[in-house]
Amino acid sequence: MSVKAPVNRIIPFSAVDGPGNRTAIFVQGCTFNCRYCHNPETIRACIHCGKCVPACPAGALRMDEGKVVYDAAKCVLCDACIHACPNSSCPRIRWMTASEAMAEVRRNEPFIRGITVSGGECTLQRGFLLELAPMARADGLDVLLDSNGGYDFSTDPELLSAIDGVMLDVKAWDPGEHLRLTDASNETVIANLRFLAEAGKLTEVRTVDVPGMMDAAETVRGVCEALVQARAASTPYKLIRFRPMGVRQEYRTIRTPADDEMNELARLAHELGVPNTVLI
Amino acid sequence: MREISMAEVESRRQAILDTIKDPTATHEQKVTYLARHAENFLKVLDEPKEMDELMRCSDDARCICNLGEGEAPYRPRYITPDYPKFLREGSAFLQLDPPKDLFEALNSLMILYHNVPSITNYPVFIGDLDLLIEPYIQDLDDETVMKALRLFLTSVDRTILDSFCHANIGPKPTRAGVLLMRAEAQLENAVPNLSMRVSDETTDEYLLEGIHCALKSAKPSFANDAMFRAELGDDYCIASCYNGLLKGGGSYTLSRLLLNNIAKRAKDIRDFKENQLPFVMDVMARYMDARIKFIVEESGFFESNFLAKEGLIDRKRFTAMYGLVGLAECVNLLFEKEGKTGRFGHCDEADQLGVEIMNQIDAFNASHYNPYCEATGGHFLLHAQVGLDSDRNTSPGTRIPIGEEPDELIDHLKNISLFHKYFPSGTGDIFPVDITVHRNPQFVLDIVRGALKMNIRYLSFYSSDSDVIRITGYLVKRSEMEKLNRGENVLQNTTGLGLGSAKHCKILDRRVR
Repeated sequence: MSVKAPVNRIIPFSAVDGPGNRTAIFVQGCTFNCRYCHNPETIRACIHCGKCVPACPAGALRMDEGKVVYDAAKCVLCDACIHACPNSSCPRIRWMTASEAMAEVRRNEPFIRGITVSGGECTLQRGFLLELAPMARADGLDVLLDSNGGYDFSTDPELLSAIDGVMLDVKAWDPGEHLRLTDASNETVIANLRFLAEAGKLTEVRTVDVPGMMDAAETVRGVCEALVQARAASTPYKLIRFRPMGVRQEYRTIRTPADDEMNELARLAHELGVPNTVLI
Repeated sequence: MREISMAEVESRRQAILDTIKDPTATHEQKVTYLARHAENFLKVLDEPKEMDELMRCSDDARCICNLGEGEAPYRPRYITPDYPKFLREGSAFLQLDPPKDLFEALNSLMILYHNVPSITNYPVFIGDLDLLIEPYIQDLDDETVMKALRLFLTSVDRTILDSFCHANIGPKPTRAGVLLMRAEAQLENAVPNLSMRVSDETTDEYLLEGIHCALKSAKPSFANDAMFRAELGDDYCIASCYNGLLKGGGSYTLSRLLLNNIAKRAKDIRDFKENQLPFVMDVMARYMDARIKFIVEESGFFESNFLAKEGLIDRKRFTAMYGLVGLAECVNLLFEKEGKTGRFGHCDEADQLGVEIMNQIDAFNASHYNPYCEATGGHFLLHAQVGLDSDRNTSPGTRIPIGEEPDELIDHLKNISLFHKYFPSGTGDIFPVDITVHRNPQFVLDIVRGALKMNIRYLSFYSSDSDVIRITGYLVKRSEMEKLNRGENVLQNTTGLGLGSAKHCKILDRRVR
C-alpha cells in the first residue's frame, strides 16, 4: 500500500525553487507557524469545518459525510476558500501516491532538471518522499527538499541518501526571536545547518529579512560563521526581502527592506567569507 | 509589359507625394520607399490570373501576401554571402585585399555589408561572426578586442538601419563568441539580430553566456543546430528573423498563405482541405515561380552583381520560402464552422487539425517543382512567417495567439513541439521571462536543452523589463518606439514596424514566464 501525501499544488516549471527549472510539489501541513508565511493556507491540515463550502462561487466544494469534498474540474482558483478558512488550511488538497505525483512530473520532462518538494513542511511526508525520490532519480532528475529545518536530518540517513540536497530556511539566529517569529525553537534548525553543510547536502540557505521581527544582520552572521566552520562557504545564500504578497492580513503592514539594507547584508556575508549571496 | 490605368498612376503619384512629405521618415527611409513606388509602376511578372482575387483584394479576404516585394524584383529577397571566402580572398570589385589583422577584417566586413542587397536593401546575414573573427584575435588581449568589437557593433547598429540583419555564433564555444556577446550585453543594441546555434558541442558555460546576453539585449536566440544541419547540411545560416538558408546563396522570394482568410472561404473542414487550401497553395506556388523566373532570367542580377561574379554567392545555392501565417485562427474558425468549441493551443483535437493542415501543406510543397531551387531538391522551404505590423487577428506562423497562451509554459512548449519540424527555413517562439527577480539563468538553460530534445527549432527569450525587446522575429528598442510614437524621426526602419505591432498585434502583452 503506497503512502499518500496531501498535495496542495504542483507547479510544473519553477524558477524559484532551486537551481534551474524544476517541478515543485507543495505538500500540506507545517510544523512552524511563521508570522510572515507567504502561503499560510499550507500550514495546517483541513479539519473539515465546512466554512469554505458556502464561500466557493464556483460550486467546487461540498460536504459529504462530514468531509469537505473538492472538485478540481469546477474550481476557478479564485482563492475564496483560502480567505474563508479560519484554520490556515485549504480544501484544494489532492491525496496523491508517489506514482501519481511522478506521473505529473513526467509531463514536464525533458525541460526540468529536478524536483523540489516544498510546503508546508515536506519532511512530514517522509514515507511519500522515500517512494518519490527513487522514481525521480530513475528518470535522471535530482531531488531537493525545501525545509524549515525543524526535522533532525542527522537521525535519518535513509532519507538523506534518497535525496540530493536540502534548501534550508534559517529564519532567525536568536532563539527568542525565532520562537516569536515561528512558534518553534531554532535549535534543530541550526544543528541541521551545521550537519547538512558538513554532509555536503546543503543546496542553499535562505533568510528572509523581516524588519522589526528579527535581527537580519545577526542571522547572516550566524549562518555565515557556521558555513565557514563547516567548510561550506561556497553554499549559495539567498537573502530575501520580506514582501507582503500572500501574507496574512495582520502582517501585511510590515515594510519591505530597502535596497541599501539588503546590500549591507550581502556585504556582511562577503566579509565573513560567504561569497555566493543572491539578493531576492 | 502590361499597361496600368491612369487612375492607378494617379494613386501612385499621390503615394509618392505622401512619402516625400512624411515627417516621420528619415531621408534613407524615403529613398527606399520611393524606389518601391517606382518598381510598382511595372507589370512584368507572368503571374497567375487568380492573384487579383487572392492578393489584390480587401484585407479581410486576402489569402496570399507577397510581403510588399514589389512588381519587378531586381535582387533576391535574402542574400547570404560566403564571408569566409571574402576574408580569404578580398574583393576585386571593392578593391580590398585579404585583411591581415582584426582591424582590417572588421573594416572590410563593414564595407562589404554596404554592398549586400536584400529586400530591405540592407544585409540580412552578416556572417558567423565568432568564426570570422576568431583567427584575428589570437595575439590580442580582451580589452583591445572588446574595444574593436564595440566600435564594429555600434557601426553595424547605426548604419544597417533595419533589424532584419542577422549574425550567427556557435555551436562550439569560442573566445570571439564570448567577447561578442559581452560587447552586445553592454551595448544593448537592436541590430544585429543574433542566433546561437546550440548542440551537444555547446557547453553549459557558453550557453549561459548567451542567456545572460539575451536577458540584457533580447539576443541571441537559440537555434537547434542538429535539426537545421540534418535538413540543410553543414553550410547553413540563420538570416533575417530566423530563416534557415544555405550560405553563399539565399532566398529569391517569400510569399505567405493567410490561412485564417483561406478558412473564411471554406464551408467546413472538408471543403477547406479538399478545395480551398489546394487552390490557394497552387496559385501561390505558381506566383513564386513567376517571381523567381523574372529574377533569374530577366533581371540580370546573377550576371552583373559582383557578389555572383566573384563567387561570394552562387545562383545554384538559392531557394525560395513558402510562408504561412494564421494557423491558430484558421483552426479556430474551422472548429467554429463545425460547431466545435476547442481552441488551438488548448485542445488536442484542435492541435491535431493544425498538424493535418501542416502535413497537407508539406506534402504539396514536396510535390511542387521549381527548376531554380535545385539547392533544396527543386522544392521551396516552408517558412512560418512572423507577421506584419498591418496584420489583424492573424498570429505569426503557427504561434498561439498572444493573450491565449496556455497557463503553463510546459503546455505551450508541447504545442510548439508539434509544429517546428515543418519549417527548415524558419519558425520560432518568443518568451518574455521575469528572470531579473529569479536570478536563475539555469531556468532558461534547462528549457533550451529540453527544447532541443523535443525537436523544437528556435526559441527567443527576453527580460520583461529590458529596453531591447523582440517584436516578432526582429528587435526594437522600446525607447525608440516611444520617440516615433511622439512623431519624431528614428534611425531604424524596424522601429516603425515594431510600433505598429505594439499597437495592433499585442506584442507587449505576451504572457511573462
